[in-house]
Amino acid sequence: MKAVEVRELVKDYGNFRAIKGVSFEVKEGEVFGLIGPNGAGKTTALRVIATLLQITSGSITVFGYELPKEAGEVRKIISYLPEEAGAYKNLTGKEYLNFIARFFGEGEKFHRIVEKGLEIANLGERINDKVDTYSKGMTRRLLVGRALMVNPRLAILDEPTTGLDVINAREVRRIINSAVEAGVAVLLSSHNMLEVELLCHRIALINDGRIIASGTAEELKKEYDARNIEEAFVKAIK
Amino acid sequence: MIGNIVKKEFKELFILSTILPIVVIAIVYGSVGQMIGNVGETIKEKPVIGIVDMDDGNFSVVAMSVLTEAAKVVYNGTDTEEGLQEVRKGNGVALLAIPENFSQNIYDNRPGEIEIYWIMKGAGMMDSISSGTVEGLVQSVNQEISKKLIQQDSSSDPALVLNPTTRVDTTFFKGKEIKGLSPSTLGNMLVSQSIVIPIVVMMLIIMAGASVISSMGLEKENKTLETLLTLPVRRSHIVIGKMVGSALVGMIMAAIYMIGFSRYMTSFQVADVSLADFGLALGMPDYLLIGISLFVALLAGLALCIVLGTFAKNYRSAQALVFPITALALISTFIVMFKDFDTIPAVLKVLVFAIPFSHPMMAIRALMLDNYWLVIGGIAYTAVFTVIMVGIAVRIFNSDRLLTGSVRKRAGLGRLGWGFRR
Repeated sequence: MKAVEVRELVKDYGNFRAIKGVSFEVKEGEVFGLIGPNGAGKTTALRVIATLLQITSGSITVFGYELPKEAGEVRKIISYLPEEAGAYKNLTGKEYLNFIARFFGEGEKFHRIVEKGLEIANLGERINDKVDTYSKGMTRRLLVGRALMVNPRLAILDEPTTGLDVINAREVRRIINSAVEAGVAVLLSSHNMLEVELLCHRIALINDGRIIASGTAEELKKEYDARNIEEAFVKAIK
Repeated sequence: MIGNIVKKEFKELFILSTILPIVVIAIVYGSVGQMIGNVGETIKEKPVIGIVDMDDGNFSVVAMSVLTEAAKVVYNGTDTEEGLQEVRKGNGVALLAIPENFSQNIYDNRPGEIEIYWIMKGAGMMDSISSGTVEGLVQSVNQEISKKLIQQDSSSDPALVLNPTTRVDTTFFKGKEIKGLSPSTLGNMLVSQSIVIPIVVMMLIIMAGASVISSMGLEKENKTLETLLTLPVRRSHIVIGKMVGSALVGMIMAAIYMIGFSRYMTSFQVADVSLADFGLALGMPDYLLIGISLFVALLAGLALCIVLGTFAKNYRSAQALVFPITALALISTFIVMFKDFDTIPAVLKVLVFAIPFSHPMMAIRALMLDNYWLVIGGIAYTAVFTVIMVGIAVRIFNSDRLLTGSVRKRAGLGRLGWGFRR
């Protein structure tokens, strides 16, 4: 079964068209990357799939569930990590994980989810401190832990390592790879071409609301006769 | 340099979302003041009264002379029932009856009784202005008779010379005949008995409303809203959860405030007067209705705040959005304290009824006077208002609006390179 199937997706904000007929698929157990510059339409596409925004036209299914009709079912199997997301500052890291876990299970299941979150976040004793006292890297690790602890079938990650230093970014990428090995499908956006090459099985290049090319990193480099994805992207938009 | 900073601060703070609520509220306050009317004009106006003179003695002539000069007399005869009818017809304040032997009693060193039948229209602070004017007239009658007694040297009792008349008050108010109380006394008692509820409601709405609006602003500022909206939980549950959580916080804050306020109010209490002695007591069903009215008003206020909160872009803009709620609560409180629902103009009646917070504020007074329809109607209206507001909030939570804000404006900015994050 396909994890995500997007067909001719159009998204308007009033009279402004942010996405202009985008189609792509994400397979089970794969990492699919949407890459493009700021304002290309990446976040809008992810928000629509994450049930946050309405579809103007086109269709989206997530593991066979159709949006927006079955948005409630979709929310049970996805996990969305927005770019620059935050957590509730007056809660401790553990209280935040508890809060999220309660939506996904009770009793033993609840405890298993929280344990997994604690393991992924790997914040040691600091997990009992208020989120307000966390550094950006710690907050991001907590949020990645939150996103992946619930065993989603699809993780939607918007710029998962943005603003992080090299060490924290590597750690987040390691966590994502572990989740994929466990069978999670990942749809991520990034404008970090190196990260995309390291993480993604397949890539779609998006610019001005349109997908201009897609394939594996190797296929794209070959198609545009480029040494890396960055160069392929620059050639693709010319 | 300072000028540059001042200019930047002004541009940051003087924005439409900050100014608009204040402009709207200023207009509303101005209109309300206009509709309630001018206190000075009310005082200057001659009060409308009726006079029943069954004495026709020397002192009743003095009284008649004072009253006819200072008041607009719509009835002057000898039949009390007929007089009352005329006063009511003329939208008057009172019928003053001077009984037989009024003058003779004074000559016999007994105070002359003036029976006053008050037609009380409302129990707000401003509703007793007209009756206060008539009370002043009666005092003038008293003084004129004193003068006459001194001129004629016809009494040896100094107490009687100083106070030759006494009043016997009977107040007709909303179908009730209350003996021994004038409208100003009754109004003061009703206001003091029912002042706490409006203050409690006002504080509850302001505290809980501020909590829920701030919560929406913080969700956006801390970027937690998007996560919340992708969790497997119904939008209606998010809305209700926020309302109940904020209601609890608001109730705790209001309770703390009221502990201090009740001690403040106690310090002003002069005498322990029971309205029950005048048939104005509340029973258990009445308290139950007040409780229900308070609860649904709180829910209505919070539902309205949730809708307003969706407009908050961050914590700062959320603070500005609390202002309309505060103003609505203040408008209700002041109108209910100063005027009675029955005595305000029709347009203001609609406004007061439309503000859901007004209903628990009016409930005690209405129930004391057996006006159940106003209370039950208010509860029904407030419940419908709440359901509609929750429906609107859920609809907004299901739409793009919560995350994208004003589409047209943002689309325009998008062309300038500041638009939506795509």
